[in-house]
Amino acid sequence: MSNNLRVELVSAEKAVWSGEAKMVVAKTVEGEIGLLAGHEPMLAILASGEVRITLPEGEKILANAADGFLSVENNVVTIVARNAQLA
Amino acid sequence: MGAQLRVYRQKIKSAKTTKKITRAMELISASRIYKAQQRVAASAPYARAVTRAVSAVATYSNVDHPLTTEPSTIQRAAVIIFTSDRGLAGAFSSSVLKEAEQLEKLLVSQGKEVVYFLVGRKAVSYFNFRRREANQVWTGGTDLPTVETAQAIAESVLAAFKFDYSEGGVDEIHFIYNRFVSMIAQVPEVVRLLPLEVVEPEEPATAEVFPLYEFEPDATKVLDALLPVYVETRIFNAMLQSAASEHAARQKAMKSATDNAEKLINTYTRLSNSARQAEITQQISEIVGGADALATISED
Repeated sequence: MSNNLRVELVSAEKAVWSGEAKMVVAKTVEGEIGLLAGHEPMLAILASGEVRITLPEGEKILANAADGFLSVENNVVTIVARNAQLA
Repeated sequence: MGAQLRVYRQKIKSAKTTKKITRAMELISASRIYKAQQRVAASAPYARAVTRAVSAVATYSNVDHPLTTEPSTIQRAAVIIFTSDRGLAGAFSSSVLKEAEQLEKLLVSQGKEVVYFLVGRKAVSYFNFRRREANQVWTGGTDLPTVETAQAIAESVLAAFKFDYSEGGVDEIHFIYNRFVSMIAQVPEVVRLLPLEVVEPEEPATAEVFPLYEFEPDATKVLDALLPVYVETRIFNAMLQSAASEHAARQKAMKSATDNAEKLINTYTRLSNSARQAEITQQISEIVGGADALATISED
């Protein structure tokens, strides 16, 4: 199993970012959550806030997402937000 | 210049002016179709993700949500009609309105009251002219729909849906829009929005199997948050498709208007040519006749 996640960040108007990542940190209504490869399938409601995506090379991508949800399955993380843009 | 000739020249001039306008509108619409189509395509990932999540929650939780449960009796239905703000788009708005009339007939025959939510100035003027009431209207920006408008529409129909019949609420919601099939075909389509029908896959073997999700905070809350988003997505998608259809319909209508203007110009040019020719012929025969008469007189 690969150690990377496939991340898709989409807003209502367009796909904002997609690619491979090592770790994703997002803010849900219950608090911040960090996702690594092999995470159990999950559906969570997003709180408005920052999404931090760590690329396999260690680089970091920051994005703002508000009003949406997050789903994880088979190492695919989909962050769906009405308003989302790269910071 | 003969009177007839002058009339023809004027008609040619007016057809030429019309042609200039329709040609310009055709080109503008043609350039906007592409952009509108791209917006439809760009919103697809979001719509797909939302739909997937909704079906995942619906499949794995037995949560009864008010938005998905069918009321025992449906007494009032709401219809959202998506038309355009401006005309000159062929049958774009009228085909949707015609479809709406048919839907109303059907709903009334089922013993339901019908209330309307209108999008686009054309629908509003259609209703005003017939002195019919609409619950709420949104005008402006049908050719460039925004998420905010979709959100506003979703909010107010959901609010209407949450009320009971006795409080003026509605029990089901339909919407009618022009689906963009291709550049030359736009089909008016009626969709029932609420209560949501969670479509069960017919053949589970071939359908994608959803993993067992963990819900955060819990399934009910997730569904609570997801369903309005889903409704909004459906509405936004309808608006985008409607916008793309509007541009395509306008381009087609303006193309045929330009062609017609060209045909008119041709016809009138021929007529004016023959009128001019007839005038010249007449003048010549008058001169020849006059000269002939003079010659006859001087011979005498």
